[in-house]
Amino acid sequence: MRPGVVDLVYLVSATLFVFALKGMSHPRRAVRGNALGSIGMLLAVVVTLLDQRIVRYDVIAAGVALGTIAGLLLATQIRMTAVPQLVALFNGVGGGASALVAGSVVLAGAPTTLVSAGSAVSGLVGAVTLSGSLVAMLKLQGWLRVKSKVPVAHRIVLAGCATAAAVFTTRLVHGNEGAPASYAALLAVALALGLLLVLPIGGGDMPVVVAFLNACSGLAAAATGFVLMNQALTIAGSLVGASGLILTSIMCRAMNRPLASVLFGAVGRMPASPPDAGEAVVPAKTISPDEVAMLLESARRVVIVPGYGMAVAQAQHAVAELSRELERRGIRVAYAIHPVAGRMPGHMNVLLAEAEVSYDVMFEIDTVNPEMADTDIALVIGANDVVNPLARTDPECPIYGMPIVNVDQARTAIVAKRSLSPGFAGVANPLFNAPNTVMLFGDAKESMVAVAKALEQEH
Amino acid sequence: MMESFVVFFTIFVLALLLGHELISKIPPTLHTPLMSGANAISGITLVGAVLAAGSDQSTLALVAGFMAVVFATTNVVGGFLLTHRMLSKFRKK
Repeated sequence: MRPGVVDLVYLVSATLFVFALKGMSHPRRAVRGNALGSIGMLLAVVVTLLDQRIVRYDVIAAGVALGTIAGLLLATQIRMTAVPQLVALFNGVGGGASALVAGSVVLAGAPTTLVSAGSAVSGLVGAVTLSGSLVAMLKLQGWLRVKSKVPVAHRIVLAGCATAAAVFTTRLVHGNEGAPASYAALLAVALALGLLLVLPIGGGDMPVVVAFLNACSGLAAAATGFVLMNQALTIAGSLVGASGLILTSIMCRAMNRPLASVLFGAVGRMPASPPDAGEAVVPAKTISPDEVAMLLESARRVVIVPGYGMAVAQAQHAVAELSRELERRGIRVAYAIHPVAGRMPGHMNVLLAEAEVSYDVMFEIDTVNPEMADTDIALVIGANDVVNPLARTDPECPIYGMPIVNVDQARTAIVAKRSLSPGFAGVANPLFNAPNTVMLFGDAKESMVAVAKALEQEH
Repeated sequence: MMESFVVFFTIFVLALLLGHELISKIPPTLHTPLMSGANAISGITLVGAVLAAGSDQSTLALVAGFMAVVFATTNVVGGFLLTHRMLSKFRKK
């Protein structure tokens, strides 16, 4: 097939990718958009297979078969609560693939300096994405735990790796002599860099990391497009890169922290300060599931604020059942979802959607907060930092300035939590001791089931 | 060569701007499917992987190409399917 025709087909694919992303602007159109994206991908791959340079169809067929089985099994068999780690894994293999493609070009002998430079970028970003995503996946899966205090030497090693990466990139660009060796060294350093970068990052910062690695997987593909002079890769990669970067910036804004502080901030961080012992703290009031049911029964408007604790306890179905029980009684239920609740952007929404909660009752905090004063009950389930009023009031506090759900302004706040322990940021939460707050201690799922049961029995 | 680089760079920048326009309009409720779906699209590197694996070249390059095809296909197939699975759960009562 003539190159011009191939490029035109790539243009059709790119257009379909644009429609795929555009579809995501509404849940109704998103399924169709995703299908269009997959058609675009199929078109791009099929037209590439017709390329005259391709002689080894056996190798391609074997690779495609293996990858299809892996992708199929992973995407269909895994539980919805494991989505964050799966998204991280897919980001990683995407980045790894880009680094390998650039590597094969280097092995064949990169024709120009520009192509060499493109390979270096693709190898660097791709390999960082691969190792960083694998570490993120292991941490999200709970297979890898690192205490948040990391020695300061970590930062020195990190800087050393970054310098080495710069050196190997320069060598790769300046001489074809020994290029494969330089590239291999660059890959090794980049893998170490990704590993060291993500290893100390704590769970609460994961939404930023996952979004950032998502951007990297796209940018690696875009760089590979420069290497192969292939428009399909450059366009699709840039679209994904832009998407990931926007999500990263949204997540950072939701935490009121710059990206650098998230990526490098964990190093040598001070241990969480205990609440001031000198201050007279009002003891938190506890409540039983039966009493929660009674409170809810007399409410007209309830706002539910889910957090990572809901995901850990897999309580989304119990929460959804409770909210259906409330709606049957004519009580208005809204969900207030903080952008960084959970471990990836939109994590809570996916879990609630799985539990058949309608998407039109899931709201952003900007929508919910103005109505908080008219809310009878704010029910916080496994969330902590995102409802901490200190973020509004205490300039000394590490999360000061972070937008929060103002549950303290509701008539009553019910906090379902396992204990009074501070959240990820290590800041004590005065909400728990506020006069209009009651604590429902215990496993989120068991608590919600108990409350729903108590509600039912009252009729 | 320099000219084609400039052309590519132009495409790159325009696509970034287009991406920015598109993504800014996406509601937070769909951020996870967006990430997963965008990630599937970044599996476009499969096109490069196919070229790398299928060309007649050294064994090492062939192995790299083969692995790239496996990785990229996992990314593409898994990414689109997972996105579909998630999106089909988003319903309005």
